[in-house]
Amino acid sequence: MRKFLRDVGTVFAREIRPELRSPIGLLFAMIQPVLFLVLFGPMLSGADLTEASSSWSWFVPGILVMMCLFGPLGAGHSLMVELSGGQMERFLATPVNRAALVVGRTAKDLVTLLLQAVLIMAVAVPLGLDLHLPGAVAALALLAVLGVGLSGFSYLLAIAALPSGNLFWIVTQVFVFPIILLSGVLLPIEAGPGWLQTISTVNPGRYIVDAARVLFGGELLTAEVAQGLFAAALLAAGGLWLATRAMRRGV
Amino acid sequence: MDEPLMVQARGLRKTFMVGRQPVEAVRNVSLDVPAGGLLALLGPNGAGKSTTMRMLTTLLPPTAGSVHVAGIDAVAEPALARRQIGYVGQKHAAGENYRIRDELITQARLFGLSKAVARERADEALEMLGIASLGKRAPGTLSGGQRRRVDIAFGLVHRPRVLFLDEPTTGLDPHSRAGVWEQIERLRREHDMTVLLTTHYLDEVERAAGQIVIVDAGEVVAQGSAAELRGRVPGAASLDDVFIALTGRRLQATGEAYSHA
Repeated sequence: MRKFLRDVGTVFAREIRPELRSPIGLLFAMIQPVLFLVLFGPMLSGADLTEASSSWSWFVPGILVMMCLFGPLGAGHSLMVELSGGQMERFLATPVNRAALVVGRTAKDLVTLLLQAVLIMAVAVPLGLDLHLPGAVAALALLAVLGVGLSGFSYLLAIAALPSGNLFWIVTQVFVFPIILLSGVLLPIEAGPGWLQTISTVNPGRYIVDAARVLFGGELLTAEVAQGLFAAALLAAGGLWLATRAMRRGV
Repeated sequence: MDEPLMVQARGLRKTFMVGRQPVEAVRNVSLDVPAGGLLALLGPNGAGKSTTMRMLTTLLPPTAGSVHVAGIDAVAEPALARRQIGYVGQKHAAGENYRIRDELITQARLFGLSKAVARERADEALEMLGIASLGKRAPGTLSGGQRRRVDIAFGLVHRPRVLFLDEPTTGLDPHSRAGVWEQIERLRREHDMTVLLTTHYLDEVERAAGQIVIVDAGEVVAQGSAAELRGRVPGAASLDDVFIALTGRRLQATGEAYSHA
């Protein structure tokens, strides 16, 4: 266990170093969610958004989940570059714990994601987000669990997509948008037709978005929160397990 | 008395599935490298050299056969065997977004060295390879020869007992190739390091005083010192003549491919 933690720390330190040296990439990844906040968010001010206290406490959680889908789910790209470039081969010839290679990278994705999420919330407050601190912190924790799962799946995809990388791009580019739309990130699923609502029930993203909205509304112990947490935990466990297994099997 | 073996492979085989067809990339390769020795796997592209190398370094599980590195069963205990190994692959080892020295420290840390010792070893490796001034540079700013020296630094930063080098001089100009060989000889001389490498450059193995294993189509065709191999083929003046006599083909000394003689 001690060696595993040490290896996780070494991999994490390696991965975070370029981000700290040049944080511009971190800010660049926030452009899209900020644009959604500024250019799309105000259009929801008059909408009937179920039980949310304001349009912002309804919209911001969805944007954070969307950021999670674009960030951690795209994290496998760097692994794919290193797999085809030879750097991962160098790592695999060392005694590093294979799970630590995944967990260390995921920890870096998590720190990046949380930092971005806090910055997005800071931008949203002046726009009108009514921040309930305990709920917001709990929502960040939920987001973190989701981020771990999506990072894991992204690394799994990166390994499975070799040597062409096509599978990675197909999944991350083609399937992400339906997942976002069927999570009700931009507009309430409840306003859609029955068939759309039925499809969305098999999308874990929907439960996570719903849970984040409840948490941002200031409620902590509800059935929606439990469902969202369960869905995120399931994704995290599955993503980490599958990615670690793929790394252990050799790439 | 026999010298202790640092690398021992017996009956190594590797079969890949290409579609539904099994393709035997390596067939029954056996080799021994004594402690402090040098062994060169010589053969054309596609001969199975790199696949053999990847099995010896635990990167690829063999379909059959055994590998022992420093007395450790590398197939049954790959994590233990990796502690004894330094590996320099064909591709560049340093990540593009990272500084060379930071990457070397990370590499040393993965072998269990403390931060202070890892920093020391990284500086030593850079110094030894004559690239101390490049530590703060990103890999993309280096020349081909400099990058290859950096790659070798990754292989030896933790002071392994066995250094595996897969085509260490491919793509380098003659001056850089000579520089890499100078470093390999120095490592053997000063650190008693066992070296196993692959190459398709005849002139290099001809000059290096070590064992040569000629591989073709996944099989060992012959092995011995350069002089022993020449002695096996009457009238052979060079290893090229030996290769032609054994395989019916020419192994080009400087080219990427081989052709029919």
